[in-house]
Amino acid sequence: MNIEKKVLKKDSLEALFSKLKGAGRRILAPVQKAGEIFFEEVNSPKEMAKDYIQTTLSARGAVFPRCEALLKYEFEGKEVKVEDRKDAPKPTVVFGLRPCDAASFAVLNSVFTWDYQDELFKSRLANTALISVSCAKSDEYCFCTSVGGGPGETKGSDILLTELGSGDYLAEVITDKGKEIVSLAPELFGPATDEAKEKYLAKVARQFDIKELQGKLAKNFDNTELWLSQSLRCLGCGACAYVCPACVCFDIQDEANRSGGVRLRCWDSCGLSLFTLHTSGHNPRSVQSQRWRQRVMHKFSYMPDRLNYVACVGCGRCSRSCSADMNLLEHLKEIMETK
Amino acid sequence: MEELRKKAAELLSSGTVKVVIGFAQGSGGKTRAAFAQTPDQAAKLICDERCVQNLAVYLSKSEVKSLGKIAVVAKVPVLRTILQLAAENQLKDGEIVVLGISPEGKLVELPDFKAIEDFLAKIPYELTPEQKAELEKLEKMSVEERWNYWQEQFAKCVKCYACRAACPLCYCESCLTQCNQPQWIPVAPHQVGNMEWHIVRAMHLTGRCIGCGDCERACPVGIPLSLLNRKLAEEVFKNFKTRAGVAAKEEYALGTFKPEDKENFIK
Amino acid sequence: MSDFEPKIIAFVCNWCTYAGADLTGTSRIKYSPEVRMIRLPCTGRIDFMLLLKAFDQGADGVIVSGCHPGDCHYTSGNFHARRRWIIFRELMEFVGIDTRRVFFAWISAAEGAKWAQFVNSVAEDVKKLGPYESYKKAAGAGIE
Repeated sequence: MNIEKKVLKKDSLEALFSKLKGAGRRILAPVQKAGEIFFEEVNSPKEMAKDYIQTTLSARGAVFPRCEALLKYEFEGKEVKVEDRKDAPKPTVVFGLRPCDAASFAVLNSVFTWDYQDELFKSRLANTALISVSCAKSDEYCFCTSVGGGPGETKGSDILLTELGSGDYLAEVITDKGKEIVSLAPELFGPATDEAKEKYLAKVARQFDIKELQGKLAKNFDNTELWLSQSLRCLGCGACAYVCPACVCFDIQDEANRSGGVRLRCWDSCGLSLFTLHTSGHNPRSVQSQRWRQRVMHKFSYMPDRLNYVACVGCGRCSRSCSADMNLLEHLKEIMETK
Repeated sequence: MEELRKKAAELLSSGTVKVVIGFAQGSGGKTRAAFAQTPDQAAKLICDERCVQNLAVYLSKSEVKSLGKIAVVAKVPVLRTILQLAAENQLKDGEIVVLGISPEGKLVELPDFKAIEDFLAKIPYELTPEQKAELEKLEKMSVEERWNYWQEQFAKCVKCYACRAACPLCYCESCLTQCNQPQWIPVAPHQVGNMEWHIVRAMHLTGRCIGCGDCERACPVGIPLSLLNRKLAEEVFKNFKTRAGVAAKEEYALGTFKPEDKENFIK
Repeated sequence: MSDFEPKIIAFVCNWCTYAGADLTGTSRIKYSPEVRMIRLPCTGRIDFMLLLKAFDQGADGVIVSGCHPGDCHYTSGNFHARRRWIIFRELMEFVGIDTRRVFFAWISAAEGAKWAQFVNSVAEDVKKLGPYESYKKAAGAGIE
């Protein structure tokens, strides 16, 4: 991976957006909506949220929408006519996501192209470019450096922008998709100076060693007291899974009437009590402590074992959104303290 | 809150209760629910103006109940919830120990439901001026403006059910959302699915919601849910003269009727 | 739109309004044909969600009708329904649903003429309001 370094002048963003739109791209960027920040379609950088650490929902909706139609069907007498999706996804640029978010796309991809090639996901991913912005600030909920990431990490981004002291951006063009974007507006990208980005990045101290954590997890599966004490205050909602950039669980619902219907895929959460309810009525994870254990094990033990990805990028959204203040990082550190 | 800590420690060391549900220091300057099971853990309990979560939600959680007899730190919304749960036969008098906290932050002895009723009767049970203004702002809008306002709000919903999980009165082990023959409330978070969920929840809480606002606090995408519940609570009071959480024996507003009930829209 | 044929769904109770509509028919009284009737045992059984499901499926207007208070075949079903509608109507209004498209009536088995009159006025009102576009737009939104 040959990273090209360029400089994007601070007042060039408007022109860049304009060029992207002119090339038929949809631009998703963080937008302030009352007290929360969401990735929404924008036309100009002026619409973007300012001065924040992290968005409320992640950008995973660009490739794994909250609710998408998989196929349509019509009843014609005794026949059923099924129609797969034929529309191509809109070419999209996600602008302003953090390096942790950019890293999460690889995690999603590992699941959606594992034993079954999810064509819808693949085509959305192929049509999405990521222009990330590195983190000048972090808060107590961030722990990207503990899971292999960092506030200025380039992995996963097509272009990574770092705001320099002058207000201009260091633009690291990492992939071919990134190069393609630069080629849409080459006049906006000047030569880079020798200035190192490190001094403009937030300091995120590493809180635990991921390999060590995995070892602890393997030993504590049956430590029911640990999982119970950690999850007593958990309310059992799905918020953590829904704000997470690396969560992949989904539900499939058919919505039909007498003339036909549509098959939908929508987000789901393993924290919800019915997630593992069998048709027989048996529920292997019938209590919250089992579901809490599942969440932690899945992200930090099973996924790394099976797919070589830690299914957490340390963005902290789950902890910021949790109304019961579960605080994942705190729980992980507690697990690190176990024998 | 030294008095509270002492009382909690006493209840635990005497074996009167097995767990005291209260508050402890949380992350980000917030507080969080705490489950003290030993006098040492009771020493970490706090209670200040940041402690607003309705702890009564934990009274229906199976893993909390299985710890044994419960004592719960109860500010006014929690006290109202306890009475409402009693009115719905979810709590028996004396089943839990109630550590009442007055609006001034003082520990209050409330040994039974009657004591809670008498205590609450002295506390005004009405919307604050800010809450009234919020409702009025919406009521003054045209129908179209209100539709657009709520459609925009419901569009944010991701169906995480945090509102349901945080609500102490949403204790149904089998929620209506599970009815799938037919799928009565759409599972998917599309526009209609979101609207129908919130409408159903508002209706199922009519006459039962005590207005703690935890649903709105829990919502990760910031939908002003308590507006819906407060509006309906006011309508119940206006039309049927009852409020939830006032007495341990109270009829459910939509489960009863008076032949003299009045309306002006039925031809 | 003078050729707009609204879809109006009527949720009616079996013992009064449905029988009343029968009487309208046997009396050969002609009335507006846009109403599609759904028979339920009692207004007390009418789930408030049924009204929204009707709009969801493309209805432009909804009628709910049953026995007069005191005359319910099941003694008190309509009393419960009345309380429910008082609240639900406020909720619909608050959320911005067009309550001018929702019509309630007490129509007994003997009031065949009233049923015809009522349906005619409902159909006229809904025709003036036009199709329920904003609801139709919502039904299908939010799916990528």
